[in-house]
Order: sequence, then structure tokens, then C-alpha cells
Amino acid sequence: MFMFEKAVVGGKRYWAWIGALSAVILVGFLCYLLQLTEGLGITGLSRNVTWGMYIAQFTFFVGVAASAVMVVLPYYLHNYKAFGKLTILGEFLAISAVTMCMLFIFVDMGQPMRILNVMLHPTPGSMMFWDMISLSGYLVLNALIAYVTLSSERKEVPPPHWIKPIIILSIPWAVSIHTVTAFLYNGLPGRSFWLTAILAPRFLASAFAAGPALLILLCMIIRKLTKFDVGSEPIQKLAVIVTYAMIVNIFFVLMEIFTVFYSQIPEHMEHFKFLFVGLQGQAPLVPWMWTSMILAAASIFLLLVPRYRRNEKVLAVTCVMVFASLWIDKGLGLIIGGFTPSPLNVVTRYVPTAPELAIVVAIWAIGLLMITVFYKIALSVRERLAE
Amino acid sequence: MTIHRRTFLGVAGLSAVALAGKSTIGALAKAGEEAAPAAGAATRWAMVIDPQRCLRKEGCKDCIGACDKVHNVPLFKDKDHEVKWIWKEPFENAFTGEENPYTAEALKDKPVLVFCNHCDNPPCVRVCPTKATWKREDGIVMMDWHRCIGCRYCMAACPYGSRSFNWLDPRPRIPALDPEFPTRTKGVVEKCTFCEERLAKGEQPACVEACPEKALVFGNLDDPASEVRSLLREHFTIRRKPELGTQPEIYYIV
Repeated sequence: MFMFEKAVVGGKRYWAWIGALSAVILVGFLCYLLQLTEGLGITGLSRNVTWGMYIAQFTFFVGVAASAVMVVLPYYLHNYKAFGKLTILGEFLAISAVTMCMLFIFVDMGQPMRILNVMLHPTPGSMMFWDMISLSGYLVLNALIAYVTLSSERKEVPPPHWIKPIIILSIPWAVSIHTVTAFLYNGLPGRSFWLTAILAPRFLASAFAAGPALLILLCMIIRKLTKFDVGSEPIQKLAVIVTYAMIVNIFFVLMEIFTVFYSQIPEHMEHFKFLFVGLQGQAPLVPWMWTSMILAAASIFLLLVPRYRRNEKVLAVTCVMVFASLWIDKGLGLIIGGFTPSPLNVVTRYVPTAPELAIVVAIWAIGLLMITVFYKIALSVRERLAE
Repeated sequence: MTIHRRTFLGVAGLSAVALAGKSTIGALAKAGEEAAPAAGAATRWAMVIDPQRCLRKEGCKDCIGACDKVHNVPLFKDKDHEVKWIWKEPFENAFTGEENPYTAEALKDKPVLVFCNHCDNPPCVRVCPTKATWKREDGIVMMDWHRCIGCRYCMAACPYGSRSFNWLDPRPRIPALDPEFPTRTKGVVEKCTFCEERLAKGEQPACVEACPEKALVFGNLDDPASEVRSLLREHFTIRRKPELGTQPEIYYIV
């Protein structure tokens, strides 16, 4: 079934890695059981900061999922052959990331047993309804595409013609998942931080930087651990994509900052003040946000200078910087900053608790486990063909 | 005959859908509509608050106590986990953007009663993915605690902070249980319902009844002869964040 037999053969190192991930997942699962019995009160969330790490991670990983389009589009629409070996890795990354997103939403629910109410009482007026549709649709599309293309590859036949329109459909669909995710936030009248039309474009720009940066790192890791090498051309092309996307993202951020601070509307400025200088004597995110900004500026410099971008050792460090910068921006600042100050202008401190972080880390581990298994399958198929 | 049967099935199907759509509380909502004055006339419930009257008796919490008691509102010591239906908020927090450096002396830190605004255009209803919160025909924004999945999207959407989430089990934290009113479970959102269960019996909301200064006046906006309408005619009133287009139905006399 789905070539899973390839995932159950491996060396000591492979099983040690699987075992470590499983242990992390188990700890998170136990913490989730605690949350299930006690309630979401075991998290750092509060009346004023009602969404935190879970929803922030969801938002960030929707971006990672959507970024698969950055390898699919050049290969299938522009016939850019160098990405041929990469598309399957991009699709498996998307499948893993979407699954993580769904899990992050699930663990955030106060009454998870009732989650099917979203389908029992469909509400097209709610952006959450559309988010469910777009995320599950994207998961199905990518699972189907990955399965069909990999099976054909194994049988050494070209993929069937009918899969092509489905692959083409997955391109706008990828854009839609992150657009709808932005719409979750930017249609809310009392939340000035999110009430900006640039939110969805900004989400996409940061996604197309963070996702390919992660993919570059994954390709480098695979090269070290296995015989499979994607080659330097696709990695360099991905680096160019990261460069453009990162610059566009920072450009969008600066546009936002100009609008907010030139207009001087207090409600809009306060969120930025909270994030970058502190508000009402509270500044928990200030070091994080400046770290994110410095990493962004430094990584853009390293990406722009061809000598550094072409040096794969430097590029690896740069990709870590891009990923970290955007994770802080989206995985911390976006949600917490949107809730602080509250619409009643109250600053409430939000610090995630240990069980909350254990659940977050466990979902990351599930994502890593999925990537490991999927990549193992894909690479085993290729190794066998190469023999 | 077939047409008859079809019509019958159609009606039956529609009724089933309607029944599914309306919950237990929805049924109560219907009762509330029936209890509205002047059968046939439209009803739009609203409240007019006179903050000056409210301030007369210093430290008075009669309305809050009455509401908490009849609705089994749990008492959480931790401010982060508080469940509040009606409470006092400092002027500058209740009316953000309305403060200026000079009126501040007169109004600063002065408490203003706040609760759900029962908006005519409620953002919380717009975002709810399960229709667990909805606007009734008489304007009350209702909650179905049995359908709510606890996603807290409504709390993100409410620009007044009027919604509370049960972060922990509320039942052990109810000071004196009133068997007449349902308790809630952990993981659902709750808020003021304009005492729809009392309206259904032809009574005034508990907070209105409890106020010793008659600072809260409740009534039907669609009835030109109602007390709320005459107060709105005679006084200049403001609403919280009217610029957001939510059309709040709680009016404050200036």
C-alpha cells in the first residue's frame, strides 16, 4: 500500500531518528490528553490573547505547504527541467505541512469532538469554512499527484495524461490556501493589526521565501545522508526564488510600516509599538522581533551577493536565517501582535506553557516524521531505478 | 397523488432542516419572539444606559451580581480565565479613542457598564463556522453552547471584548448554582443574551431589574412609544466604536 514497505527498511541511524521523533510525539500526546481533560486553560492563552502558538504555527505552515508551488510551477508550466527531481519532494513537503496545519487547528479547539459541526452546519459566510475546504482540497490534490507521479516513476512509464490538469489546478489552489488563511484575520473590524489588504500578499511572499529555504536545506541534508543528489542547479534556482520572495516580503512589511506610522492612527500604531518597542511597560516580543528583522536584513544581503549565494555552505546558513526570521515574524509576532493590545487597549502577557510547547513540538515532530517516511519512499524508488 | 406526496415530502424535508437549524435554545428564542409586545409588530430589543445614574451609588455591583447569579456565571480568580457577561470597564477602555487630555480628569478610571452590544451587524455571527452564534429576528445575538466547537473565532471578531471562553471547567466555580438555568461546559464561548429566557416570560433583563438607580433601560426600538425611544429622542447618546459599522444596540447617554 503506497509503497510503505520502503519505509520499514532502514539502518540503525534511520530507526534511531524514527524512535526519537516518536518519543517527542508521545510526550506531546500525553500533554494533549491533559489539555483534553483540563481544558485549554493549561495553555498560556487568556481572555485577551485567545489564539497563540497553535494558530500561529498553523498560519506559518500553511505558507510552507503553499510554497510547493514554487517548484511545481516552473517545472510543469515553464518546463524547467532542473526541478524534475524536486517536484516530488515539494509535494511531500506540502502534504506534511498541511497535515501539521490541520493538527494545529484541531488542538486549538475547545470542543474537538464537535469539529464535524463545521461540515454538519456548513457556513459559507465564515472564512474558517473556506479554510477547511481549501486545506483539505490541497491535501487531496497533493496526495493524489505525489502518488500517481511516483508510481509511474517506479514503473518507468510517463505519468498518465489525466494527472496534468490536476497538477495545474494545484498551482492556483496553493495560492488560495494562503489567501484564505490571510482572510481569516484581515476581515475582522476590531483588529487593526490584521486589517490590511497587504496581509494576503505578504503571507504569500513570506511563504515563498520560507518554504523554498526549507526545501534547500532538506535537499542538502538528503545529499549528506543518502546517495541522492538533486544537483547544484536546482538549489541555485531555489536560492534565487528565496531572494526575490524575501525582498518582496520585506518591501511589503515596509509599506505596512509607512502606512501605519505616517497616518499616525493610534490603533494601528500600537500593535507595532508592542512588537518593536514595547507598550504599557510590556515588551516580551521586542528581542524576538528585532532578531527577525536583523536576520531578514542579513539574509537579504547574503542572498544578493552572488559570491555568497553560490557558496553552498553560506547558502545553508542563509536559509536557516530566512526560515528563522520568517518563523518569528509569522509564528510569533503575527498572532500575538494582533491580539495585543486588545480592542479595549489592554496589554495582556502571553507566554506559552510547557505542555502547550510540548504539543507544538510534537506536531513539528509529526511533520518531520512524515517527511522522513515520504522522502525515504521517494528516494528508495529512485535508488532502485538507478541500480 | 405524486405531487401531493412530493409536496408533503418537501414540507417535511424543510421542517427537518428547520428543526436541525434551530437548537434547543433556538426554540427558546421562538418563545421570546412570541412574548414580544404588540403581536405582529416588529421587535428590536435595545438598551439605553445612563452612566451618570450608574455612578451615583459608588462601588455598586447589583446588576453584575444579579446577572451572574441567574446565569450561573462561574467565578474565576485568575483574570486571564475570567468569564464575564456584564462588567465595569474604565471609560478610556470602554470608549477607546474617545478620551482626550482634558475630559480625562472627569472620566478617567470612571467605570462604565459594558456587555454584549447585540449588534445589528454582528461580526461574531459572520465568522462563526458552525452557526453556533446567530442573530434572532428581535436583534438578540444568541449562543448555542451545544454546537460551539470552541474555535474562538467569534472572540477574535468581537471588537468589544464581550465574549468569554471557558478555559477550564466552569461548573465547580459557580458560587451558587441556579437549577433554572443551564451551566456550560469547558471549551465553549458564552456571553450576555439580553436575558432571553426572562424576556420569554415577559420579564425585564436581570441587570435592569436589579439596578437601584434605574440607570439601565431596556425596550423595543421598533416601538416609537417605548421608553428607550423617548430616551434616545431626549438625550444625546453615543455607542461604542460606531465607526466599525457593527451597529451596536447599547446606547450611552452623555
